[in-house]
Amino acid sequence: MKNRVRVAAGQGFWGDWPEAPYRQVTGGPIDYLMMDYLAEVTMSILQKQKLRDPERGYATDFVQQMERILPVVVKRGIKVTANAGGVNPHGCAAAVTAAARRLGLAGTLRIGVVTGDDLLGRLDALIARGHDLRNMDTGRPLRDIRDRVLSANAYLGAWPLVSALRNGADVVITGRVTDTGLTLAPLIHAFDWREDAWDLLAAGTVAGHIIECGAQASGGNSLVDWPRVPDLANVGYPIVDARPDGTFAIVKHPRTGGRISVAGVTEQLVYEMGDPREYITPDCVADFTTIALRQAGKDRVRVAGIKGRPATDQLKVSVAYAYGYKAVGTLVYAWPDALKKAQDADRILRRRLADLKLAFEAIHTEFVGATATHGRLAAADAREAPEVQLRIGVRGPDRAAVDRFTRELAPLILNGPPSVTGFAAGRPKPEEIVAYWPALLDKRLVEPKVEVIAA
Amino acid sequence: MKVRLLDIAHARSGDKGDTANVGVIARKAEDYPVLVRQLTAARVARHFRGMIKGNVERFELPNLRALNFLLHGALDGGGTISLKTDAQGKVLSTALLRLEIDLPRRKR
Repeated sequence: MKNRVRVAAGQGFWGDWPEAPYRQVTGGPIDYLMMDYLAEVTMSILQKQKLRDPERGYATDFVQQMERILPVVVKRGIKVTANAGGVNPHGCAAAVTAAARRLGLAGTLRIGVVTGDDLLGRLDALIARGHDLRNMDTGRPLRDIRDRVLSANAYLGAWPLVSALRNGADVVITGRVTDTGLTLAPLIHAFDWREDAWDLLAAGTVAGHIIECGAQASGGNSLVDWPRVPDLANVGYPIVDARPDGTFAIVKHPRTGGRISVAGVTEQLVYEMGDPREYITPDCVADFTTIALRQAGKDRVRVAGIKGRPATDQLKVSVAYAYGYKAVGTLVYAWPDALKKAQDADRILRRRLADLKLAFEAIHTEFVGATATHGRLAAADAREAPEVQLRIGVRGPDRAAVDRFTRELAPLILNGPPSVTGFAAGRPKPEEIVAYWPALLDKRLVEPKVEVIAA
Repeated sequence: MKVRLLDIAHARSGDKGDTANVGVIARKAEDYPVLVRQLTAARVARHFRGMIKGNVERFELPNLRALNFLLHGALDGGGTISLKTDAQGKVLSTALLRLEIDLPRRKR
């Protein structure tokens, strides 16, 4: 058993810094690189892509990043965990295999593929057997939208990845696996943690939560004394430096920018938090009120004391379904009276939409530069704004109505209030809304599948 | 002494569906009890009145000198449905930090 394992964060979401994975595998010693690609809405986006092209549906950036780092990863024996498989993990594994062949690395690499999260083909049978898959937010049963469902995936935990690692996988590609599972799995594997070692599993889960958003734990998007965060251009992504007893430190490679501080790690701990006493994953329930943080040196935060409880008997399921259509358009109004002009344009536009008898589920107006993000709390600051962007969006079930709306913005340039500009991007495009439906399902009904294949 | 919450705390916010969370962290340990006393769920709900549709829940994390607030119905449906610029509630954190706090006089 190892006495120390370093898990480095390479990507915090799909679209994160393309340089980060290479910098993590070359900037200093690490044992594992974990890459998180799946936000709540990402599965919906991937599903859209797979509908257009059955070969796609995974995070293509991952393949490019792997092609760049594979020679280093193979040479140094670094293992990779990534939920880049999206709704097509086998397609993703095939693309990585092809990349390995292009690099002359065929035969040096084993790829683990974790599936079994995909429930789409089983939905009707599950519903028929009385599993309502009620929306966790609204309580509505899934049958209400069954005919519009595009994908349904259970969130798997760390154990299928552990199984892949135990079977010799160097790169583990998964579908819908929890962000935290990508970090927890290497720790379970390296330290041989037991399935009921709840405090240890909770510790690995908290470690995963801290680094799952990449640089957001090492000085990025950190409000506390932000102007003094050093050298963000050269930011070092966070690394979990873990011990078998479940204690760990958050660190980053030497000679990188950013900052690892108790305040910054605390910001990341509270990110997307619900009830802190019950951070529920498929692997355990972690109690965030037991976490003790200590600055243990420059850019080094010690984490200890974490308590966990047994996992629940349910898995979260993310369903993506066709919701309708939306479009958002913008125009910019300049001083003097920028906000008043934008408000006037909004009134005119809404009157015209009403006269056209266009029905929408929602029309949403914002005044960017004035009240878009802070609403009436910012009203006093908004009066003398040098410019204000009118941003107006509509949403509804009728594509034709949304399309008609997109033709009502540009006319305002010449037939509405003055001092208007910023329309060079042209008419906004109506967009399909693929929405997210969270539900719970009995764990015993989901069987993860693990394959390890030679690349 | 009246101060802005921004002067004694920092914060980060995120989303789960149509619910936004705002974690508020006291910069100094001595100010955490002030937050616990003054930053009630009711006060935060008043602060965001008209901006969110649902209720506000509060959780305490004394170990991190932090409070976590859940703002339900804050995101116009959330995720891909929302028409908001801040569809994921990322900057509701700083909107909360506009709040005014009555800081007890003490040697600082």
